[in-house]
Amino acid sequence: MKTIRIGSGAGYSGDRIEPAVELADKGDIQYLVFECLAERTIAIAQGAKLKDPAKGYDPLLAERMQAVLPLCHAKGIKIITNMGAANPVAAAAKTREIAQSLGLRGLKIAAVSGDDVLETLKSGSHRIEETGAPVSSMGNTLVSANAYLGAAPIVEALKAGADVVITGRVADPALFLAPQIVEFGWSMEDWDRLGKGTVVGHLLECAGQVTGGYFADPGVKDVANLARLGFPIAEVQEDGGAVITKVAGSGGAVTTATCKEQLLYEIHDPSTYFTPDVVADFSKVTFTQEGPDRVRVAGAGGRARPETLKVSVGYLDSYIGEGQISYAGPGALARGRLALEIVRERLKLTGVQTTELRFDLIGVNSIHGDALSTAGGQEPYEVRVRVVGRTDSLKEAVRIGNEVETLYTNGPASGGGATKSAKDVVAMLSALLPRDLAKPAIDYVEA
Amino acid sequence: MKLRDIAHSRTGDKGDISNISVIAFDEKDYPLIEAAVTPERVKELFREVVHGEVVRHAIPGIGALNFVMQKALGGGVTRSLALDAHGKCLASALLDLDIPDRAA
Repeated sequence: MKTIRIGSGAGYSGDRIEPAVELADKGDIQYLVFECLAERTIAIAQGAKLKDPAKGYDPLLAERMQAVLPLCHAKGIKIITNMGAANPVAAAAKTREIAQSLGLRGLKIAAVSGDDVLETLKSGSHRIEETGAPVSSMGNTLVSANAYLGAAPIVEALKAGADVVITGRVADPALFLAPQIVEFGWSMEDWDRLGKGTVVGHLLECAGQVTGGYFADPGVKDVANLARLGFPIAEVQEDGGAVITKVAGSGGAVTTATCKEQLLYEIHDPSTYFTPDVVADFSKVTFTQEGPDRVRVAGAGGRARPETLKVSVGYLDSYIGEGQISYAGPGALARGRLALEIVRERLKLTGVQTTELRFDLIGVNSIHGDALSTAGGQEPYEVRVRVVGRTDSLKEAVRIGNEVETLYTNGPASGGGATKSAKDVVAMLSALLPRDLAKPAIDYVEA
Repeated sequence: MKLRDIAHSRTGDKGDISNISVIAFDEKDYPLIEAAVTPERVKELFREVVHGEVVRHAIPGIGALNFVMQKALGGGVTRSLALDAHGKCLASALLDLDIPDRAA
């Protein structure tokens, strides 16, 4: 039976680069996929594109392409990535420029766009899922609206002979599903196989998270050689059967336990995982350890795809101001608490306008809150005061950090290492769009 | 004993929804985990953090539970004021749950 090997070269936009080079070099793969687009990334990239029409793609695109293009070109490994972010066409042009500067010839690069549905969403009677409010009521706070496209345009680009396919917003598993559809000639309505291909994509899309990254817990779950963590490879067969593995000799581990954790990562009802291509069913998946760092995946299924596409809507939500300062040694906790009280009173006294405030002691209660954090009962040696608040303007946000910083000369004894920041917050909501309203487009350039 | 003695866990995030898996190291311990880690207990544990409902999905084929918690991430990952905006550390608190020892 025909088998292909797909490597996952990034789990997020800032991920390590050399494990991807290792995959291209020693992974015996035919496809190298980079999933680099977090929920908010595209909204921020949209801002960059507005300032410069040649920008708006992933900031690490050039570095990643420089690193992997020569090997991929030499070995005929096809690259699929959503590093196009808000500007796949500019990302393709940049990739072409890099290929030419490396002396690589005969490289076909596809840019998949059409995920940008901001104008469509503004003009219709569409509503925000979380709030029920009409999108049109958000006015000029709207920054971006991108539909999660499916595998179809990537499939088309690969069939047209593209060596590199660069997309904007596409469902993460679709980046991995597309090569399986192309190689095995699966129908776009073979829900069972599309479900199987989707589980492979889901397991791979966070790269190191399935090979022992984000897993180690010393003494309970030990993982060897994490500084040299290998990224995953899926060995997929025509019938949808698959094995998850990694490059021999790399760090980390692929076990049934690492696969189970990743299977349920960011999943709600495992029997109903919505994607643009299929409603996948992960509830009957089983894992079998077939050998060292080799886990067989079976049992995934699927049902007919949804009639709507999820749209990620970016909008200017608010401003956040923050300040931090540390206290250490005997009495650190009491001085930290006093510091928080002072800032709380100062924000009132000076009339800083906030819509939400938070007072944390890092090392004491900042992560899980007071109720859970007192379990240990031991006083920490050092604490870090953190005051953070939401405001309607940058000017007000700045005042929050200032009130923490002034603790230097006005607050409890021996406070040190004060920092402050203020920023605007582009936040994300979602909407559902009838799928025929998003029209994928493909542009090709050749090096 | 602690849940951490027999299970491992990972947290995921989507908007203002957090999900936490609880996975038996040995699938034989799954019934014990299923009996001890109820959605009510998880809701009580995270009462300061989670402000919406907690739903539990069972995946017995891999000896796992998946808890889906609404209004759990300070209004959503992209606008939360929390230090851990993604709620990625929540799994560690769940593993600290006391559960009955295995029957002798």
